[in-house]
Order: sequence, then structure tokens, then C-alpha cells
Amino acid sequence: MSAAKAQLEKLPRSIRFVLALGAIALAAFPLLPIAGADFYLGMLSQMMILAIFAMSLDLLQGVTGLVSLGHAAFFGIAGYALAFMTPPDAPIALWWSLPLAALAAALAALVIGFFVVRTHGIYFIMVTMAFAQMVYYLFFDNKGLGGSDGIYVTLRPDATALGLDLDNKTVFYYFTLAVLLLVYAGLRRLLFSPFGRALAGIRVNEHRMRAVGYGTFGYKLTAFTIAGALAGVAGYLWAAQTGFVNPELMGFHMSAHAIMMVILGGMGNFAGAIVGAFAFEYVMHLFKDLTKHWQLLMGGFIVLVVIVAPRGLLGLIDRFGKRGEKA
Amino acid sequence: MDFANFLIQLLNSVQYGLLLFMLAAGLTLIFGIMGVVNLAHGSFYMLGAYLAWYFSSTLGSLTLAIVLGTVLAVVFGWLLEWLLFRHFYHRDHLDQVLLTFGLIYIFEEVRSIFWGDDVHAVQVPELLNWSIPLTDTLSYPIYRLVMSGICIVLAIGLYLLISKTRLGMKIRAGAFNRDMTESLGVNIRLIHGVVFALGVGLAAIAGMLASPIASVYPGMGSSVLIMCFVVVVIGGIGSVRGALVAALLVGLVDTFGKVLLPQIAGMAVYMLMAIVLLYKPEGLFKQ
Repeated sequence: MSAAKAQLEKLPRSIRFVLALGAIALAAFPLLPIAGADFYLGMLSQMMILAIFAMSLDLLQGVTGLVSLGHAAFFGIAGYALAFMTPPDAPIALWWSLPLAALAAALAALVIGFFVVRTHGIYFIMVTMAFAQMVYYLFFDNKGLGGSDGIYVTLRPDATALGLDLDNKTVFYYFTLAVLLLVYAGLRRLLFSPFGRALAGIRVNEHRMRAVGYGTFGYKLTAFTIAGALAGVAGYLWAAQTGFVNPELMGFHMSAHAIMMVILGGMGNFAGAIVGAFAFEYVMHLFKDLTKHWQLLMGGFIVLVVIVAPRGLLGLIDRFGKRGEKA
Repeated sequence: MDFANFLIQLLNSVQYGLLLFMLAAGLTLIFGIMGVVNLAHGSFYMLGAYLAWYFSSTLGSLTLAIVLGTVLAVVFGWLLEWLLFRHFYHRDHLDQVLLTFGLIYIFEEVRSIFWGDDVHAVQVPELLNWSIPLTDTLSYPIYRLVMSGICIVLAIGLYLLISKTRLGMKIRAGAFNRDMTESLGVNIRLIHGVVFALGVGLAAIAGMLASPIASVYPGMGSSVLIMCFVVVVIGGIGSVRGALVAALLVGLVDTFGKVLLPQIAGMAVYMLMAIVLLYKPEGLFKQ
């Protein structure tokens, strides 16, 4: 993608300040005496899960320049993995089921990635979408896999080995927050590692990277697999939280939402994906409360974002921050 | 499977393939010539189907509805290009994906406001409401044959337009080198408007022709859009000929998949796509 969009890779002080403030607010939220706290805890947990999902896509979209319109496939596969692993009468241990679900998603990403990373640009968009649809129909058409109705995850994973009771909403909230921060920190490290630099090089000019001697296919496939695994982590948490999986989790709309979250926040630095996920979900809730015809507002909002905010919300914060420094 | 049954499935697959071609041709033309990724293409198919339902139920004639609907769809396409799309030709694909995804939302909601969320059925015209008997128990509805005939005529018309006419020459030249063509005095802006309106018109006609066979329902655009993508990917982007071959291939695999292997029917065409991609990552007819 264009250079302007990747400018914020190294986060300026103003943005780091906003992020730190956000992290503190998230950490403090359950301690605040607010009416209907249970509802908001659930909503914020869900936003954090989507933020993890959006970050995983940003590794492809913002860092490597691969716009995947089928990323929800891996989100859904891990969710289904949890649903299949959970016995009807007893919870499953978190410590091995989470890695296993992520592994399932990674494996699917490896196989699909083998086909898709050979393609470029618009082809990549269409092909990822088509493969995700294939996965969607696999689950949608097969009664044994839950069919169009989906499956219930009867019991939340058991994390007593870690001293956590995930059935408690606050505990689940903090667990999700911890995963979010961990994934963010990990991806930031990855971004500035030699591997991450190679991915950024592929975004800017893949031909040149190949000429310099990088096996770009392997790099892209690895990025695709890692992104799939992390989307899986998010999907697992989603299934654990909602207690329910259905094919819509892997659908076209879910994938497109992730793309929009990343763009809305700002691409290529993972912080934008988090900001975008929160902002997107918040706006959607706002519109849904406002009118029955919320899709009209949402559509208008998306079109407006494309037209006026090419660098996303972080780009706006950055601009205000710079203005502040000058004053 | 006996011969009559086989024949029916074959005709069905050709008919489905031709329908997909009408959609994929517009999609691939708009991409090949303007470089625009249009996720909202399925919405034009939906628009066509709803127009056919609305006009045929108020005016009582599907033929009249199709004529009126086509005119409206083409005008709509032209307006949309002029108001919105022409500002996005030089933008990133990602921006186009977002723009058109936003449009899907808007179109769906506008449809819901105007026409509600019910499923509608469209009557086959009286004149075409009969079947050709093949065996004692099997027969083939004449409407489907007529529909395929119309699609074939339109496909030939599209081919002649692009390869034999002066306008087609300008369209091809514009796709090849926009600036050069423009400096030779061709009004590229107009050409783009024409191509876009043509694409929207073809998609809408497909929706109108399909409306008596498949019902008219909310969200009908997105499933057909994904099928179109598969066709375009298999055929090769920008190639109308590739779209035709791929659409017929997809029609065959999908129809016979449903009959022979219903367990994996939903996935069959995607498997076809995967196999093609394995050997030809840029599609069968790369431009």
C-alpha cells in the first residue's frame, strides 16, 4: 500500500499517550461503579476480542500489503474447534485447548495460504474471499459440523490451573485484556524484527525483495499462517464468551468488518487495529440504538471514512498531536 | 442418471453458467477497464430482480418490467459512476473495497425501506409458461430455454460491441493506455460511464431474467457476487472470453455437484477454483 499509510509505523508520542490512557481506562473499568456494568463488561470484552482479530489481519493488510477478504475463516475455525473439543458435561482445560484451536486455525491458514499467497493484488482479495466461502459452506452444508444453525459451547473453558475462573465476567474481561496486550506486544516486536522488516519490504516492493534474495513466498506464507493463528486465538475467545458458534463467524461480512476496523484505526502499526475495532463497534452500537435503518448510516459512515480519513483515526490523532507541539 | 435427466442437468448448468457470465462480464469489464474492484456488483443483480418483481406485479407484464428495469438500471449505473466511482479510479484497491462495501450496506437498507424484507415470487409470463416433454415424467420449462437464448444473444452482442465497433475499439484502447487514448481525442470519461452503465445493466438483466426461477429476497446479491469472483478468478481478470468459459465451467460443476455429490455441493466450485489456481495462478485466460 502507499507510503502515506505506513508512516505511523513508529508511533509518535501523542499516539503512545492516547494508547496508554486507553489501556489504563480498560484496566480500571471493572473497578468503576457503573449501572449495568455486567453488560458493558461483556461488550468491552467483545471489542477487545475483535481488536485481537483486527490486529491479526493488520499483519497481512497493513504490514505485508496483503488485503485478505477471507480472514474470518480462521476466526471461525478456532471457534468451532473449541465447540467440538468441549464435552457436553464438563469444561475443557484452557491451557491446551487454546493452543490447539489456534493450531487448527494456523493449519488451515497454511493450506489456504499455499494457494492464495501466489496471487497478487486484486486476485488476492478475490481468492481469499472465495476460500473463506468454501470453509463457510463446508460448515453450513454439513449437519455433522453444526450446519446453518451452528453449535453451542456448553461450558466455558476451565482455567483453574492458572488460578482463574473464566465464568466470572470480570475475570474473563481481564484475561482477554491480558491476551490483547500480549498479542500487541508480540506483534510490535515482530514488526521491528528482521522478519517484520522483510514483510514491510514485501509491501513496498516485492520484486525488489526477491531480487535482493528474499524468498518472498515463504515470508508471505509464514505471515499468513501467523495471522491465521492469531485470528484463531480471537475466535476461540469469541466462542468462549458467547457460548455459541455459527457459520456467520466465517462469513464475508465478518471478514469485511475486520478490514474496515484496520483501516478506520490506521494500518501497519497494530495500535490502529485496536483503536479501529473499538471505534467501529462503538459506532455500530450507536447507530443500532439510533434507528432501525442503521445499515444506511453505517454505509454512509464507511463511505465517508474512505473519502476523508485515508490514514485512519491514528492519523488524525497524530495531526492534532503535531499541532499541539507547535503551539 | 438416464439420458433425459442428464440433458436436463446439462441445460440447467448452461443456463446457470450464462447467467453467471452476464454478471461476471460486467465485473471483469469494470475492473479491466477502470481498475475498480466492485463488491457492490451483486447489489445490481438484486436491484434487477426487485425491479422485475415490482414492475411485473404493478404493470402485470414481465416483458415490460424487463424493458423498463433495464433502462432504469443503466441510468442508475451511469449516475453512480458520475457521482461516485469516477473519483475512485486512481485510488487504492483497498479504498475501492471499502467504498463498495459501504454501498452494499446502503443499497440493502434502501431496498428494505422501499420494498421491505419479504421474499417475493415473480410469475413466468403466460406465453412462456409451458414445458417441453422429454420422457413420460420429465419435461423442461421453456422459460429457461428462452432465458438462455436471451443471454446468448446478449453475449454475442457484447462480443461484437467490443471487438467490431468503433466504440469497442476505443474501450479497448482506453483499457490499454488511458492517457494515450485520451490525447488522441477520445472522451475517456464518457467511455468509462458507458462501460460502467453497461456492466450495471448486464447485472440487472441477469437479476431480472433469474427472478421467475429463483425467488427475490434480501441479501440475494452477496452469494451471487462471490460466485462471480470465482468465475473471474478462474477466467482471468479483465478477460470477457475467460469469463464465458469459466462461467460455463462453474455452471457445470455446481449443477452436477449438487446432483452427484450433494454433501460437498457448496464447496465444489471452490475446489475447481483451487485446482485452476494451482496450475494457473492468474486464471485460464490471462490478459
